[in-house]
Amino acid sequence: MENLKSTPLEAEHIRLKAKMAPFGGWNMPIQYESIIEEHMQCRKSIALFDTCHMGEFFFTGDLEKTNIERAFSFKVGTIKVGKCRYGLILNEKGGMVDDCIIYRLGENELMMVVNAGTKDNDFNVIKSVLKGDFVFEDKSEATSKLDVQGPLSRDLLRKYFGSAVDELKYFSFVNANLMGQDVMLSRTGYTGELGFEIYMPSKICVEVWNELLKDERIKPAGLGARDLLRLEMGYPLYGSDLDEETTPLEADLSYFVHLDKDFVGKDVLMKQVENGLEKIRVGFVCDGRRAPRHGYRIFADGEDIGYVTSGGFSPSLGKGIGMGYVKTKYSSENSTLELSQDKVKIKAVVEKTPFYKDGSLRK
Amino acid sequence: MSRYYSKDHEWLEIEGNVGTIGITDYAQHQLGDITYIEMPEVGSEIKQFSIFCTIESVKAASDVYAPVSGKIKEVNEALENTPEIINKSPEGEGWIVKVEVANVSEFDSLMDKSSYENYVKGLD
Repeated sequence: MENLKSTPLEAEHIRLKAKMAPFGGWNMPIQYESIIEEHMQCRKSIALFDTCHMGEFFFTGDLEKTNIERAFSFKVGTIKVGKCRYGLILNEKGGMVDDCIIYRLGENELMMVVNAGTKDNDFNVIKSVLKGDFVFEDKSEATSKLDVQGPLSRDLLRKYFGSAVDELKYFSFVNANLMGQDVMLSRTGYTGELGFEIYMPSKICVEVWNELLKDERIKPAGLGARDLLRLEMGYPLYGSDLDEETTPLEADLSYFVHLDKDFVGKDVLMKQVENGLEKIRVGFVCDGRRAPRHGYRIFADGEDIGYVTSGGFSPSLGKGIGMGYVKTKYSSENSTLELSQDKVKIKAVVEKTPFYKDGSLRK
Repeated sequence: MSRYYSKDHEWLEIEGNVGTIGITDYAQHQLGDITYIEMPEVGSEIKQFSIFCTIESVKAASDVYAPVSGKIKEVNEALENTPEIINKSPEGEGWIVKVEVANVSEFDSLMDKSSYENYVKGLD
């Protein structure tokens, strides 16, 4: 087995008796006590996630002269300083190398946050389009990230950041001080709840983790809960729902693709726009508690029309939910699907995401 | 009344010729939050050490093996909408099925409580 990497919090997770498992090359906490309780903790109060495994790249240079726009499906130059934007990194075939968030730190300064398992490849892909004078560094080791997510997260963090937490809008960030160190507070997350991500020097990560957990409103939550939370919002997960063989248009992420700029893989996407898509990602809700898993086939009218990429039991809906790719003509709302593997057959209906509509995300 | 345990982590409680079957606390802990259970039909026959139902948890779907052969007399209908009862009370309210036991000599291939506890200790 490959050597798994450890976040600065590994000893804390073990002390909390977390079940650990490999994720993206890292030894990560899947659950502490109960995935469903940790999920509800995030929906009702505050959950704390170790997301130190994710990658952070820092770029300094003239955006136009360095050609950096070519590396991303979305406009970087129009992100205002203090804001961030979600989008895709593509290959020449229009397939997704990764999804990422870009922070505009300054006129000529960016931070890019990428997935753990794809980090090194992302770095090379981005670097390969760059020209001229720039500094481009992978500072993932030195940078730690904690996600503080849930309807009460703002109240908790006000104690540390004051009124900055009230002023911060969705997909905005601010430089701040925490425990005498420079940190970045970002109003982003992957749960559908009001929430923040704190980027900090790795050396204070354990201290911050333990400090936040002193408040009884917040509890640690593992990647199991995080997966259910994002699934209830219909957010795709790279590696499960998005991959190098699939384009962002097929993944129904066209909102994050700006076809009026130039970028790697654009010509393939333009052809798809012209000719139409053969398959597209949809969300579906099952007729009972049983949930499909990654790899189940999808049938309609007795024909194999696609495949499931994510599925699980939704604690909020009390039903199985999931997402997958289907032939375009079966993608309309209320299309009935049959999800199947071996003897298991589950009836489901295509529904608009988010499946969970009461999240505090924008409150 | 006597209770037996299998290596696959099911328990069997015998009262007369009726056996009640469930999964052990160790098994529910391994599975995590249980979200769905696919029950066998009442009247169907199950066979010792063969799959007789499937339990889905947040993490995965797992097969459950019959600790004894017999005919299903009753299934625990409460589990249909609240399968989490198994997490809360695996060896009580979270029982899965009751069967008419076909062959009492099958008990010989099962363990008693203390042997099972030792068996589980050896797994950790």
